[in-house]
Amino acid sequence: MDPNAITPLVEMKDVSIAFGGVKAVDHAYIDLYPGEVVGLLGHNGAGKSCLIKILSGAYKRDSGQIFINGQEVKIDNPRDAKSYGIETVYQALALADNVDAASNLYLGRELLTRWGTLDDASMEAEARKVMGRLNPNFRRFKEPVVALSGGQRQSVAIARAIHFDAKVLIMDEPTAALGPAETAQVGELVKQLKAQGLGIFLISHDIHDVFDLADRVTVMKNGQVVGTGSVQDMTKDEVLGMIILGKCPPGAIPGPGAMALT
Amino acid sequence: MTSAAPSTTSAAPNEPAVRRFLRATEVDTRMIGMIGALALIWVGFNIITWVQNGEGLFLSPRNLWNLSVQTSSIAVMATGMVLVIVMRHIDLSVGSIIGFVSTIIGVAQVHILPAYLGLDNPAIWIIAVILALAIGAAIGAFQGSLVAYIGIPSFIVTLGGQLFWRGAAWWVTTGQTIAPLDDRFALMGGGPHGSIGATASWIIAAICCAGIVFGLYAGRQRRARFRFPQRPMWAEYVIGIVGCFVVLGATAIVNAYPWPERVAATYAKANNIPVPEGGLFISTGYAIPVLIALVTGIVMTFLARRTRFGRYVYATGGNPEAAELAGVNTKKITILVFALMGALAGIAACIDSARLDSATNVLGQFDELYVIAAAVIGGTSLAGGVGTVYGALIGALVIQSLQSGMVLLGLDSAFQQMVVGLVLVGAVGIDTFYRRRTAKG
Repeated sequence: MDPNAITPLVEMKDVSIAFGGVKAVDHAYIDLYPGEVVGLLGHNGAGKSCLIKILSGAYKRDSGQIFINGQEVKIDNPRDAKSYGIETVYQALALADNVDAASNLYLGRELLTRWGTLDDASMEAEARKVMGRLNPNFRRFKEPVVALSGGQRQSVAIARAIHFDAKVLIMDEPTAALGPAETAQVGELVKQLKAQGLGIFLISHDIHDVFDLADRVTVMKNGQVVGTGSVQDMTKDEVLGMIILGKCPPGAIPGPGAMALT
Repeated sequence: MTSAAPSTTSAAPNEPAVRRFLRATEVDTRMIGMIGALALIWVGFNIITWVQNGEGLFLSPRNLWNLSVQTSSIAVMATGMVLVIVMRHIDLSVGSIIGFVSTIIGVAQVHILPAYLGLDNPAIWIIAVILALAIGAAIGAFQGSLVAYIGIPSFIVTLGGQLFWRGAAWWVTTGQTIAPLDDRFALMGGGPHGSIGATASWIIAAICCAGIVFGLYAGRQRRARFRFPQRPMWAEYVIGIVGCFVVLGATAIVNAYPWPERVAATYAKANNIPVPEGGLFISTGYAIPVLIALVTGIVMTFLARRTRFGRYVYATGGNPEAAELAGVNTKKITILVFALMGALAGIAACIDSARLDSATNVLGQFDELYVIAAAVIGGTSLAGGVGTVYGALIGALVIQSLQSGMVLLGLDSAFQQMVVGLVLVGAVGIDTFYRRRTAKG
């Protein structure tokens, strides 16, 4: 793939956000192309979740620009982000525990009957379809999601993100709560979605996961981007060096957070 | 992935009959508990009054009719308080809103409107009711916006509101009682004339029964169309028969309560009806405030379960952050819920002042506590996210039954307060214990 040939799907330029005196994200640049998986790596508190929450509209940035398909856009809240096809699977899953799977799937964009009332039957039918693809054994459509297992809750959260023609999918630690088989299932899903042309940001602690699935990797440290590079041009050790020391290897483009080369 | 729960149709073998019955009819066990408690209170008071007086006073048509009228104002507000508490908020100001709204509409219909429209103009009561709804909703919306946009805890905003509006109510009338109110307006309070009589009551009962049967049928059709699991047929019959039985039974009871002798005699004289031996029997039927409460209950159930607004209220209560991230405008929903609560307090203000045929600044005092108690006894969780409108209605009935029963027994009001306090804490204690056990199991 030649990144210069097409406009990036997402481009975040010079984005900053501070909470009190803490610069959680400091002049970060990140981009994503269609059909690409970009892994976002870094320690806890490196600013990766925060950067992604700016894109998904959960946080409002202090400065910087966001471009979708080359057009500058205004993302001030989650509704704005969804209107550009940006969907997110949050680390804490962000499900309303007290309502059922279908209600969570359609939360914020419920199907209505022609009288303007909730069309629960259609929503349940759709939920049965999409859950049938993701998690064929799932039957518990009448129960609040708090009663479901970690894997089932994960399926609901993922179903919600991919059911509405997402163009950009943000997955924040999508496999943190899952066993090995379920993790592999999520991996398969990421490959499928990528093949359909979605751009995917994958945030993970697990560098092996990211190397398996991502095309490129961006590493953050202390709110700054250390560097971005293709997984083919870097070794896992080099990426670990970026995460731990902030040392940008020759195969990656250094960011403002890269340790000064001596 | 892991376990697949059995669908509603497949019966697990060796399941106890009671549990199978509950699962098939999809009846909430908590609701069974509430109805059991209510039955216990009713039968208990009836036995005690029977021992005291030689006849059971509690389960008489007269007492049950009075009970229905006394419950209606608290019941109307409890349906709104459920949504407020589900949103993880509280409204301590509803009693004071009643006081403030009732004095304003009292002044309006006694001192202001007749000057422009003439005494006894049929528009007066309509304007008074609209005014009550509008002022209640405006107060609620204002308090809700302080909660939503400035982030002041609702406990503080509405505690301040409780003091403020009670004081404002005194200011409106400088403490005077306004009476008598407009004749048509006073019908909202019940009484022999504020009731609809036998024929209309039976018509309403028939419509309700038809509604129950149609609702069950339509639900079954819809589930069949989408090939969803169905309830077993016998469960549908049980629900339909029990539902219709309750409606017809309640109607028979309110129709068995006659107009008081003197009222009937005056009526007979005015209409030249011969009074038969033993007095004229005119059925009272459903009181208008009771019908207002029932309609409110139906409308609020519809709002809570069938509209986006209701879905957002519950989702926000379950996980405010998740609702916000899903694109729900939780601030707007917060304001709407408080505005709705205020409007319901406005309706309650109409019922209460109409029942007393007067408006005073102390009207509705301590009502907020009974309303919250009704919602909580009805299964609303103060942790948010859980609660039903019908539960709150039954909760209101439980609270009012206790009060009414203790009045029948001649217990003094200090003792009544102590009992209601104990029941509130006890009910929530049992509920918390039950929830913790089911969460583990």
